[in-house]
Amino acid sequence: MIRKATRKDVIQTIGDRLSWFFASLYDWITYVLDRFFFNPLQKLVGMRRMPYFFVLPNLLVFSLFSLLPMLLNFGYAFTKDPNLFLSERPWIGTQNFSQILNCGNILDPNTCVVDLFWRSVWNTSQFVVFQVIIMVVVSLLTALVLNGKIKARGFFRSVYFYPVLLSPIVVALIWKWILQDSGLLNGILTGLGINAQPFMTNPTWARFWMVMISTWSNMGFYTLILLAGLQAIPQELYDAAKIDGANNTDLFKGIIMPLLMPTMLVVTVLSLIRAVQVFDIVYAFTGGGPGSATMYIVQYIYMNGFSSPIKLMGLASTASILMAGALVILTIIQMVLRRNEV
Amino acid sequence: MSAILRFLTRTRGRKQLHITDTLTYLYLGLGVIIMFAPVLWLIFSSFKSLGEINTFPPRLFPYQQDTVQVAGYDQPLPLYKVNMNGQTVELAEINRIGIQSNMVDPKNPAQTFRINIKDLTKVEHIVFSLDNYGQGITSFNFGVYLRNSTIVTVVATILTLIVNSMAAFALSKYKFKGSTAIFLIMIATLMVPTTVVLVPEFLIITKLHWNNTLTGVIIPTIATPTGMFLLRQYMLTLPDELMDAARVDGASEWRIFAQIIIPLSGPALAVLAIFSVMWRWNDFLWPLVVLTHNNLFTLQVGLASFQGELNVQWNLILAMTVLTLIPVSLIFAFLQRSITTGIATTGMK
Repeated sequence: MIRKATRKDVIQTIGDRLSWFFASLYDWITYVLDRFFFNPLQKLVGMRRMPYFFVLPNLLVFSLFSLLPMLLNFGYAFTKDPNLFLSERPWIGTQNFSQILNCGNILDPNTCVVDLFWRSVWNTSQFVVFQVIIMVVVSLLTALVLNGKIKARGFFRSVYFYPVLLSPIVVALIWKWILQDSGLLNGILTGLGINAQPFMTNPTWARFWMVMISTWSNMGFYTLILLAGLQAIPQELYDAAKIDGANNTDLFKGIIMPLLMPTMLVVTVLSLIRAVQVFDIVYAFTGGGPGSATMYIVQYIYMNGFSSPIKLMGLASTASILMAGALVILTIIQMVLRRNEV
Repeated sequence: MSAILRFLTRTRGRKQLHITDTLTYLYLGLGVIIMFAPVLWLIFSSFKSLGEINTFPPRLFPYQQDTVQVAGYDQPLPLYKVNMNGQTVELAEINRIGIQSNMVDPKNPAQTFRINIKDLTKVEHIVFSLDNYGQGITSFNFGVYLRNSTIVTVVATILTLIVNSMAAFALSKYKFKGSTAIFLIMIATLMVPTTVVLVPEFLIITKLHWNNTLTGVIIPTIATPTGMFLLRQYMLTLPDELMDAARVDGASEWRIFAQIIIPLSGPALAVLAIFSVMWRWNDFLWPLVVLTHNNLFTLQVGLASFQGELNVQWNLILAMTVLTLIPVSLIFAFLQRSITTGIATTGMK
């Protein structure tokens, strides 16, 4: 009997045709490339040299846009602003560095020649410290809860993960909408009889919310990594400890903490490196304000190099080099710590 | 009291819910609220009219005031409830003078009243209006930004897959002079982020005349050490015997790559593809630096510049934000399992 085609059949047929189409297209491109490029090439240079041609595209892009810029950074740092092209920039030696590092008292930005740089450095340091501590604590707590005997673990795991996918701009706008003077949070506070707070215009509040918002948007990622670490701990260890009469605190101190330490380190370092580079969220959330309260180092670089009327690219590059140096030191410390760990 | 608590917490068949279980679910429930409520609030707000947006304290649902057409007036008039002589009547407002409002009875247009505005309550009902979306799309250039974002995301993802899988193949299946050096340099740059090479990268783009082109946004991002590393680790697990067999059959190295290694690397390629889509869709700093023409902006850059304008029109921004987060939310809904396992196993983002 001939059955009438249902919509499902039609969709399946379309799907089959599409995948057939793409598979054939792929085969055809592969064949053409082989016939007219790679096969003759292999005959010419021999099989042993072929891998060079496979790395070539990646290596080209990588060298041009990652490696070369790293070297050029020094070219900018040692030459005089404000021209973009290096040939038009006279050599000034370490003048940019000495200008940036010229401080009466390094702990007080007001005594520095380039005070905004130091302000951004201290803002960033403060942000990084709070952000990393809160991030690690909250993600660890959540991962421990998710690792317990709970129903619908998959659902809860993805709940925490959802904000990770949102773009920083969207995250910033969502929270700006909630935290502005006549926003939801102030509405709730007034409803409870508490005075409305200047969340966006008070420096301390703005800094506080920056930490909270980036924790909100990224904690799902670290929770996942920690959860994977927790699930890698064999169940037998818990069972054995329980037979010996260990309680939950003993389990946490004796098994979970030591075995989770490597994962904790990864999480700490990843969140640290990411926190140092915070930019997108601040840009849309406070734009660095109020004043320079949430001006962080990447924004300082962006501002000097690109958005200010007089572009001080040398200063921006010098700041980048100092920041890269800090990052490398942090990474090396992490490697040393990890070596001691293993 | 304790009996009530026992009743509330009792479970079927098992022993009582322990206090830690209650705490666990409280924590998780709070988590659901904190993670989703801001997004839901955004979505609800995006349907509100400009007047409703500016009301304080804000209300959850988008309300709209009812209007009525009264004979003798061109425009539909807003409706209010008024308490007159102990009984509530609905009147339409003609205009306002100071704190007095001139009202008319819709049923009897000849009769007008003068009422203190304190005694008025709006007649409203909940409306999910798409006005913000319509107005936003026209004044915000949404179509253009969406097109740019889509081009960047799709092209960059395809190129990322091609370029990185080729390099990963060479670095995992061959031993050649310099292979270790290349691998180590790439891994080393993992810890130096793109943000620190911003200025010189911009110079190179300028020299190539790629300023204000989507090419300039796409190309520098395609060689990701993370992606290359992920693919390489996966390809290392594929047996070399397959390649030898193909060589005996006379296949070139390219065909070994394209027709044996690539089909077998499906899972790793899928993970990288999903990540690449997320990275490129959400990218902000680099497109912001490269693009200065409004008609080349990606959605993220467009959104940021739209909200930075002097006269912030929140109702439109909210609607556009919702539109921007739809694609990612769809990816989340359909692929969250593979994304979460992908991250848990590779530890990358």
